[in-house]
Amino acid sequence: MHIHDMGTGLESFLALLCYAFPLGLIGSYLIAVYWSNQKYKKWPVTRIAFWIIGVFSVFLGVMGPIAEKAHASFQAHMLTHLLLGMLGPLLLVLAAPVTLLLRNVSVENGRLISKLLRSFYVQWITHPLMTIFLNAGGLWLLYTTNLYSAMHSFIWLFVVVHIHVFLAGYVFTLSMIYIEPTPHRTSFRLRAIALIAAMAAHGILSKWIYANPPAGVDAMDAQQGGMLMYYGGDMIDLIIVILLCYQQFRSNRQAVGNSVYSPALGNEVRE
Amino acid sequence: MEKRKSSHDAPFNFWSGVLFGLGLVAFIDEAVFHQLLHWHHFYDKSTTNIGLISDGLFHAFSWFATVVSLFMLADLWRRKVWNGKRWIGAAFLGAGVFQLYDGLIQHKLMRLHQIRYVEDVFYYDVVWNVLAGCMIIIGLVLVLLKKAPKKGKEGEA
Repeated sequence: MHIHDMGTGLESFLALLCYAFPLGLIGSYLIAVYWSNQKYKKWPVTRIAFWIIGVFSVFLGVMGPIAEKAHASFQAHMLTHLLLGMLGPLLLVLAAPVTLLLRNVSVENGRLISKLLRSFYVQWITHPLMTIFLNAGGLWLLYTTNLYSAMHSFIWLFVVVHIHVFLAGYVFTLSMIYIEPTPHRTSFRLRAIALIAAMAAHGILSKWIYANPPAGVDAMDAQQGGMLMYYGGDMIDLIIVILLCYQQFRSNRQAVGNSVYSPALGNEVRE
Repeated sequence: MEKRKSSHDAPFNFWSGVLFGLGLVAFIDEAVFHQLLHWHHFYDKSTTNIGLISDGLFHAFSWFATVVSLFMLADLWRRKVWNGKRWIGAAFLGAGVFQLYDGLIQHKLMRLHQIRYVEDVFYYDVVWNVLAGCMIIIGLVLVLLKKAPKKGKEGEA
């Protein structure tokens, strides 16, 4: 990011803000855990670890050494997107911040939050079909048009693209695995199809990039970036697939012995 | 723990096996031919767009199939209703059908990539597809064989 052009005063202030923000996020999570442990069952340590690593992943995606390299190298850019749009959101979802927040607010505020969660907007924005559209659609737009090169000329565009990548990754993960309070649940079958479609779109796009480098990226760099996107994306999607199936089969355990399996699995079984 | 049967156990065994076979072949394809031998190419200049889409969908589906089939298998074991012959037969069937699709449609028709970049790729293609055919036959025999002594007790898969 070309922060250097903006004058030293603003620059150092922005730099300070950049480092204060992630530390603030980690700090407030830890305080919330401390408060929650006073009143409720102990908050799992794994979730604290997920939150800390998740916040680091997201911020490594926008600042620090890898993000610096990403201006010149497409492969490094791809790594930042894996951190910012896939690994970071997955870890943050697993850390269940909304659940933690609900434990720490007053009853009225809790009602307000759950009213928000039940709202039509949240239902719409966390619907699997919407989240794959936001996710895959955004990526296709970024790499198949000249948006990628334009992003490096306009700082506001750079910021908007990166916020979108993060938020799209976050709502996508939220729509697939149910760890937070999720009033609007969709069937396992729909989520399975949506996840396969999203993985396919990701894989196809990475091969497309391999063969058709975005404007301003040389062929070798695009090939390495495309392969990183392909295999890196697969690894993180595999974790989501395992979690989705694990949740489905755990929820089936209570109902073993009846016909709950086949309709839920969508394995084309008819009576 | 007693057996907990359900009328869906036969198709459940069958589909778990099919999905596992499909996922296993896709995994072997990726691990052996792409990564270890480097026979297959990540991308081939003659790949058609439809080939790219077909490959992407199958690749994603095979990841999902492997995971979901193993969860289904765990469920079958937990309830002690695993039918080994049907499951393994179905796995051969899934593996064979996918390999035949990969060999005929994806490699030849959609020109995704070739098995190996040599002059006589024809022989590789023959071995590949004949192997696929053998797996389908073994699969069909195992799946259908099981039904004879049971006198059609199980549901149709």
